[in-house]
Amino acid sequence: MQIVVIGGGICGSLILRKLSTLRNVSAVLVEAKCDLGQGVTKANSAIVHGGYDDPHGTVRAPLCVKGNALFTDLCEELNVPFKRTGSLVVARDNPDEIKQLQELLENGEKNGARGLRIIDKDELRKIEPNLSKDYEHALHCSSAGITEPWMIAIAAANIARMNGARVITGDPVTGCNISDGCVEDIILESGTRIPADCVINATGVHYNEVASIFGVVTPTVKLRKGQYILLDKLAGGMIRSIIFPTPSEEGKGKLVLPTVDRGVLLGPTSEKLDSYTPDDVATSDKGLRDVMNAADSLVPGISRNNWIIKSFAGLRPDTDERDFFIKADDRVKNFITVGAIRSPGLTAAPAIAELVVDEMIPQILEFSAEPKDRIVTRLPKTEKINELPFKEIARMIDDDPLHGKIVCQCNEVSEREIINAIREGARTIDGVKFRTRAGFGRCQGSFCGWRIAQILSRELGTELSEVKLNEKNTWILNGKVRP
Amino acid sequence: MKNTKTDVLVVGGGAGGMAAAVSAAKEGAHVILLEREDAVGGVLNQCIHNGFGLQFYQQELTGPEFSHKLEYELRERDVHVVCGSYVRHIDFSSNSAYVISPSGGEKITAGAIVIATGARERPFGALLIPGDRPAGIFPAGLAQRYVNLENHLPGNRALILGSGDIGLIMARRLTLEGMEVVAVVERMPYPGGLTRNVVQCLEDFGIPLLLSNTVTSVRGNGRLKSVEVSEVDEQFNPISGKARSFEVDTLVLSAGLIPQVEDYVRDLDTDPVNKGLSVSNTCETSARGIFAAGNNVAVFDLVDYVAAEGWIAGRHAAFHALGNAGQSQRIPVVRKGMVGVLVPNMVDPNEHLRIYLRLKAPMDKGKVIVRELEIEKDFVYGVPSEMLQLVVNKDKLDKIRDLERLTVEVLS
Amino acid sequence: MKGHITCTICPVGCRISVKKDGNEYVIEGNKCARGKQYAIDELINPTRILTTSIKVNGGACELASVRTSGPIELSIIREKMKEIKQISVDAPVSVGQVIVKDIDGKGVSLVATREVPQHTTGR
Repeated sequence: MQIVVIGGGICGSLILRKLSTLRNVSAVLVEAKCDLGQGVTKANSAIVHGGYDDPHGTVRAPLCVKGNALFTDLCEELNVPFKRTGSLVVARDNPDEIKQLQELLENGEKNGARGLRIIDKDELRKIEPNLSKDYEHALHCSSAGITEPWMIAIAAANIARMNGARVITGDPVTGCNISDGCVEDIILESGTRIPADCVINATGVHYNEVASIFGVVTPTVKLRKGQYILLDKLAGGMIRSIIFPTPSEEGKGKLVLPTVDRGVLLGPTSEKLDSYTPDDVATSDKGLRDVMNAADSLVPGISRNNWIIKSFAGLRPDTDERDFFIKADDRVKNFITVGAIRSPGLTAAPAIAELVVDEMIPQILEFSAEPKDRIVTRLPKTEKINELPFKEIARMIDDDPLHGKIVCQCNEVSEREIINAIREGARTIDGVKFRTRAGFGRCQGSFCGWRIAQILSRELGTELSEVKLNEKNTWILNGKVRP
Repeated sequence: MKNTKTDVLVVGGGAGGMAAAVSAAKEGAHVILLEREDAVGGVLNQCIHNGFGLQFYQQELTGPEFSHKLEYELRERDVHVVCGSYVRHIDFSSNSAYVISPSGGEKITAGAIVIATGARERPFGALLIPGDRPAGIFPAGLAQRYVNLENHLPGNRALILGSGDIGLIMARRLTLEGMEVVAVVERMPYPGGLTRNVVQCLEDFGIPLLLSNTVTSVRGNGRLKSVEVSEVDEQFNPISGKARSFEVDTLVLSAGLIPQVEDYVRDLDTDPVNKGLSVSNTCETSARGIFAAGNNVAVFDLVDYVAAEGWIAGRHAAFHALGNAGQSQRIPVVRKGMVGVLVPNMVDPNEHLRIYLRLKAPMDKGKVIVRELEIEKDFVYGVPSEMLQLVVNKDKLDKIRDLERLTVEVLS
Repeated sequence: MKGHITCTICPVGCRISVKKDGNEYVIEGNKCARGKQYAIDELINPTRILTTSIKVNGGACELASVRTSGPIELSIIREKMKEIKQISVDAPVSVGQVIVKDIDGKGVSLVATREVPQHTTGR
């Protein structure tokens, strides 16, 4: 039985990982981009939500709460950082906002969210001394946290491959063969034909587009753009929790939150796109200014110029119903769409994987959930040089001198870590960056960029001018100055 | 893990660090110089153009030649140079540096430390330029590294943002190597670099300099395709209707340098205008026995100044380490008038005083006044991109010993 | 003959105009005396020091930075760049090594400014 997952974001990869452990199942993942987790998965707030914000009765509410509970084990198995920093929805001293906190608390309790408490001014000041004094009340959720979403996708796919799954990148689905109301195979841009007994459509913003290739109708995607600003580690000392304003029509609002490597993330905006432009991740002057102003009203002075490292934008797929669309199709019976995975998609992802593999696929295919004989369920625990004490690093260098060659100074990434990332699948500058954080720091690669390119060209056996930033047409260097 | 002791530890092997190491060794100190790249020299290695050394060596040299002379002296004076080493942490309470290199972890304890870690370029991300995130955007120094050392061109057709010297130099360099440079764009109403560079890098090649303009967006799905440039007002806001598009596949950024002090801000004082470590005229920082020189103190315009400051830092680091440092005093220096960047931030009357300053804005004429020393120096046609220098012999500093502050003022 | 130049002697950057009136030069626009001779030299025969790179064979680095030992005429720079792009030098290269003797026919040489040792295997 061959099950094909289309889309290597966090949902697709977690589904693949589960599939790869099953006997009699051959699992394949196809991803259009050149690397995994590069769509919606990499351009969000990286928050594992508490689950109080999703209205009770929606599909997403229970998946969020369940996903939240699964996250500790998940990240331990995948060796991906996850910190339960706690979150605060902060309110001013006015009845409307205070009422909102109460409503969120009640909704959260109905959903089964854990760790919810309304706290008073004193406790709020203690937890967040740098929060604006305008805020006097807050809903604290101790189960909320932060993670590194693209690493979950990358690590999950790594485990899946170790269990025999096949992962194809840089090759979008362009066609298929359907017979008797069932997909028989899928066809990729390269012409590769992949037989499929079941197809999972987990393609982020593209779920409509991909579904229509198979003649499947899905709710129309409404794209929302979110712009973000990333701050230097020096800003990290100003906050410890994820800070939300009270929610509005547009969503959870513009936040101030820590990142797993001790930086700070500001944003996002929430802008409806008028038409379907899935490649539009451009930032705008107004959007970035709105993010900074909103951040300063929550934590005065946080958006100071010296701390700003970069800005970026991401798209979220939503629908008019504002809920996940996870369904097997009525007419193409072996096609499941995991669509409209908007917020809290990241949090819900492990629960979605269980839903799809444990419940939905068995209703379509006859298969046993028996695991294979020898499966890998966890990645070996490795620690980043950046997080290790000096003596430990010294010991590692004694075993492996390349750990002593620090290529990215801003984030203390050694040449060995970069080589490992390339051997584990990084093929581009971004591939190295997302796996190791080399080039992610305050100099943004201005010192180490050329060295990372050099290591890539050496390890991949290609010319320096063939090294790419991320996708196929992202060449960095032209020909030689002196050929 | 190795444990090493030395008199003077110099962190950073660029112009400032090399000069400090040579100078400290000359005073009889045992010196270790740590450099993170595979060779010393810092940016000098890639600054293959001339214009260096007129003051420090009384010769006009290219960057590599300047570095070569200092390297020679490092060898002559038996400075222990260790390349490929990364200083993870400096413990200021014990003057120890924790160093990582392929040979292992090493703790180096020194009598005095000179921090010469220079500056980094302001990255594209910090400019918050709206638009896409395509390949083809390079900080000027990285483009320079690729062209002059890694033997590769960054693209075919370029626009340069920022008319500081590095931007101007790269305009010429890329043109000489066959790229088309369509324009240099500068948001101020005057160029950021030396006039000589505007002539020899832009006018010589017919490259337009667009003053009071900036890049307002970048476009490209994959590789850069075009940038939008707009005229701006005094607050750098784009003026509506004054935008135009340039089709380029390369954007080179010369958007300013940032002193690299983030690792030290918890332990050492910084100056909010210079954005670098606060130092006295002995190059000592706010911590005893810790010295700093070069672009991590303030962004200097001439490498000659950086080397001169490094020289002083090394000398005083050696004095301190060898127990020959006198009683030091720190009289705070205060800015007035049109003074922007200013070095030093404190004065010790036991050492000569070299003042370096940048004007806040161009001035047709003016004077630098150090009231307490009764010194006035006139100047004409001052611009922020060219530092003004004032040297005061230490004999003249006796009269300020009991003062609470020294004022450096620029008036028109 | 006439023209304009930007003087580079001091930061002002006076825009100076030069006109030949019989046997004399008429200079206008300079705010000081030094600009006068500069303007004449620059207009009649502008010269520049050329700095660029040369290909190195078998070196630890593929390029050696080079300079002209003195200024050469601005008008021949593009031609000289073409010549320099065609040649290469074998490692090792030392600072000051003459790469091309008398590159402009007036005694200016092209010299290396970077030391490039021979490439060692197992880099």
